[in-house]
Amino acid sequence: MKKNVIEVKNLEKYFEVSSGFFSRKKTTVKAVDDITFEIPFGESLGLVGQSGCGKTTTARALCLLDPKTGGEVNFYNNDVSSMQSIDELEGEELKKFRRNIQMIFQDPYESLNPRWTIKDIILEPLNIHNIGDLDEREEAVSEILQTVGLTPPENYMPRYPHELSGGQRQRVSIARTLIMKPKFVVCDEPTSMLDVSIRISIMDLMLNLAKDLEVSYLYITHDLAVARYMCNRIAVMFNGKIVEIAETEELLSNPVHPYTKRLISSIPVPDPSYDRKVYDVNFDELDSLIEKHGSDKPMIDIGNEHFIATHDVKGLI
Amino acid sequence: MDKNLNQDLQKELRREALKRNWRLFKQSKLGMIGLYIVIFFLFLALLQPFLFITGIWNKGVYDPVVGYDTIKDTLLVVECPKEYPTEKYESYTDCPAKGEVNVKKLYMAPGVEVGDMYETFIQPAPPSRTHLLGTDSLGRDIFSQIMEGSQVAFILGLLSATLGVGISTILGTIAAFFGGRIDAYLMRQSDLILMLPSLPLLFIISAFAELKVWHLAVVLGVIGGLGGSVITIKSQALQVKVKPFVDSARITGGSNMKILFSHVLPNVAPLALLFMVFSVTGAIASESVLSFLGLLNIDMSWGIMIYLSQTDGFIFSGMRYWWLILPAGLAVTFLAGGFYLVGRGLDDVFNPRLRKR
Repeated sequence: MKKNVIEVKNLEKYFEVSSGFFSRKKTTVKAVDDITFEIPFGESLGLVGQSGCGKTTTARALCLLDPKTGGEVNFYNNDVSSMQSIDELEGEELKKFRRNIQMIFQDPYESLNPRWTIKDIILEPLNIHNIGDLDEREEAVSEILQTVGLTPPENYMPRYPHELSGGQRQRVSIARTLIMKPKFVVCDEPTSMLDVSIRISIMDLMLNLAKDLEVSYLYITHDLAVARYMCNRIAVMFNGKIVEIAETEELLSNPVHPYTKRLISSIPVPDPSYDRKVYDVNFDELDSLIEKHGSDKPMIDIGNEHFIATHDVKGLI
Repeated sequence: MDKNLNQDLQKELRREALKRNWRLFKQSKLGMIGLYIVIFFLFLALLQPFLFITGIWNKGVYDPVVGYDTIKDTLLVVECPKEYPTEKYESYTDCPAKGEVNVKKLYMAPGVEVGDMYETFIQPAPPSRTHLLGTDSLGRDIFSQIMEGSQVAFILGLLSATLGVGISTILGTIAAFFGGRIDAYLMRQSDLILMLPSLPLLFIISAFAELKVWHLAVVLGVIGGLGGSVITIKSQALQVKVKPFVDSARITGGSNMKILFSHVLPNVAPLALLFMVFSVTGAIASESVLSFLGLLNIDMSWGIMIYLSQTDGFIFSGMRYWWLILPAGLAVTFLAGGFYLVGRGLDDVFNPRLRKR
């Protein structure tokens, strides 16, 4: 039995939206609706889905940026060697929890404070948690800069973010994230804003670091190719729900859910003469199907640790 | 060794950033014109104490408030008709002697006869070599008064602008950051202040309290700081607040205060600086208006100079006594305009969208 670094059970994030200025009626937007997954130590889970399906909302809820409205998130607590709900954390424990969870953002141009030097940016977590004395902190910064491939570090430390390229900035983000040696990192499309040529080097870097530092990733992307490269398992999200979750190769070679099929069939192929057939899904029909069959039932295992949502089994297989 | 290298590089980079900003500022012609104007007045303000200390100017003669220079003029007493109008002369002023008032006095003085030479003091004296811009109706040097006035303008403008911008920056970021009731309260408060006409408000304040330069700076600063600039700073802070680097600081565990002071404030600062430069203009203008109306307890300022020329009755004499009105009026216009232009130049530096490519 693998030890899980994080377990998410029936996570919900609803937003109340007032429908008009004068009306008191409020409608609920179910951004994340009842999703369940867990990530073992050292493994990474890819969260794939179209824009607006709730990937980033899930990430923000896990990082305690926005409070979740329902469900449970359990995190492995090293001190007591057991899972602990993040709702119970308070004060010092919460601070300790924050050491173990970090987030890499999509936009490397916005995720670094433009008025701070690279050194200050990477130092920030150490300063917040008051780790080590000043020399040790500086040493740690220079070490982590070398680790992420920004050498020589003393050339980069006094620079400002705008003096670096997108790839270098993303490396700085990664360095900032990893300086606390977290156990779990949420990556919110960290390569989607980068050049394709730089993308692979950043992904390699993240993979290597994951191996060296035993970090687990929740890797959010809309690019199945990236997910395949980075993740052990992939969860496909649609309209706030996980519709299919399986080992990467299993999912890609044997997709069951129509939405997954659609996703996979829409991957571009670098061959102009290739006649690509996009698997056609009627999204409205799918929506009403999900609506009809509800989401209170757990997902169904169809073998090989391949889970799909219940509505699908009933409606489409 | 390594550390020194690092610091040197950092200094170097900082210098380069400064150079880059300076280059951007230099590109805006209006900004440079404004900067020259401001530097010119700053030079005037600093020159006056220097002239007194080195003894080039004598305090008794050139002091802007208590100085007095005896400029004498010799008048020839001529015969004028005792009753007016006549065919030749319609009034005293048409009589061919300089200074109608003095002539009148001569007629009243017994023992003076036509053809006598008579010495008299003239005030206000027109510009001359000793008094570059002449003297006012009390025999005080106008140029020295202009210098003193620019000192007052700089002190008042910078002090009130710093205070005002300090207040509005802190309130604006707090409103943006905490939102909710604090935000609602601060916004309604600045709406209220925006709605109040500021000059009448200042009249009332000056009626209740004796306003000196410092007091006025505080009052102007507070009124400016609670007014519309809070709203603008808040909108800028709202933009910064949703940036991912704020989120990442929060994930790491940074407290609200820490994020406010280390992330939000530095990113709002350029806009605040811009506001500061623009509000200097407002402060200088308000001071002039208030002292022109005689509502301030200030010894000397540009507004007071115009006020005195008005109360002494010279302001309606057209351009005949131009040195009493024009220098002070132009000084107010130019310094206020100069700060405004500097603000426009800074706008180009801090607002990349306005930059010409």
